[in-house]
Amino acid sequence: MSYKITEEGNISTVFLNGEIDMDVTEKAKEVILPLVESGKEVHLNLKDVSYMDSSGISVLIESHQKALENNTKVVVKEVSKSVLKVIMMAKLEQILNLG
Amino acid sequence: MDLAESKDFLVHTASLKDVRVFSREVLEKLKINNELKDELVLAIAEAAQNIVKHAYKGVENTSDHMQIKISLKGDNLEIGFFDKGKPVVAENIQHRKLDDIKPGGLGTFFIKQIMDDAVFKKDQQQWVNHLILSKKI
Repeated sequence: MSYKITEEGNISTVFLNGEIDMDVTEKAKEVILPLVESGKEVHLNLKDVSYMDSSGISVLIESHQKALENNTKVVVKEVSKSVLKVIMMAKLEQILNLG
Repeated sequence: MDLAESKDFLVHTASLKDVRVFSREVLEKLKINNELKDELVLAIAEAAQNIVKHAYKGVENTSDHMQIKISLKGDNLEIGFFDKGKPVVAENIQHRKLDDIKPGGLGTFFIKQIMDDAVFKKDQQQWVNHLILSKKI
């Protein structure tokens, strides 16, 4: 997994790339959670994420919940087809902010 | 077409990508659509992840290997997982309730959604755990 972060006003956009499994979840959390904890609105762009398993879904849930605690939000954007399928399998499409 | 292929993997999170590559290579040989192939790869990867995460919980570095065997007889696809971790008590395996939104606990749910059956067998002397996932394809 690789990533790129862009900043625009109070919005940080994290472009994730590659496969997100248990092997990289800590790295993903290290990138995303500090942005959320700083109170920024965080957009996760998943257009280049080709695979995500339950560990990756856990990162999305944790980020979402951490955002609620910090009175901000995480928006999941441009979800690739394969990742959307896993999100829907977990019945999280109504819970996560899919932008 | 009947088929049986197996491969050993080091019990480590870094092996999960190799598990997916192996699974996809074997499943490519079957006449199934890409959507089902993706689901099966996910189920296999989740079961392998459970070995690393639960059967080897608290074990930082191990030289142990797990074995994954994918076989097809007629229309019955069977995927066997063999490991030497802590014995699994099948009755204790539960996925979290979907409306209890929290990180974790989804892997087993995905496996149950995708596969027809998941059974632990005590039929292997050289292994501790033997999980069989099966699905009619």
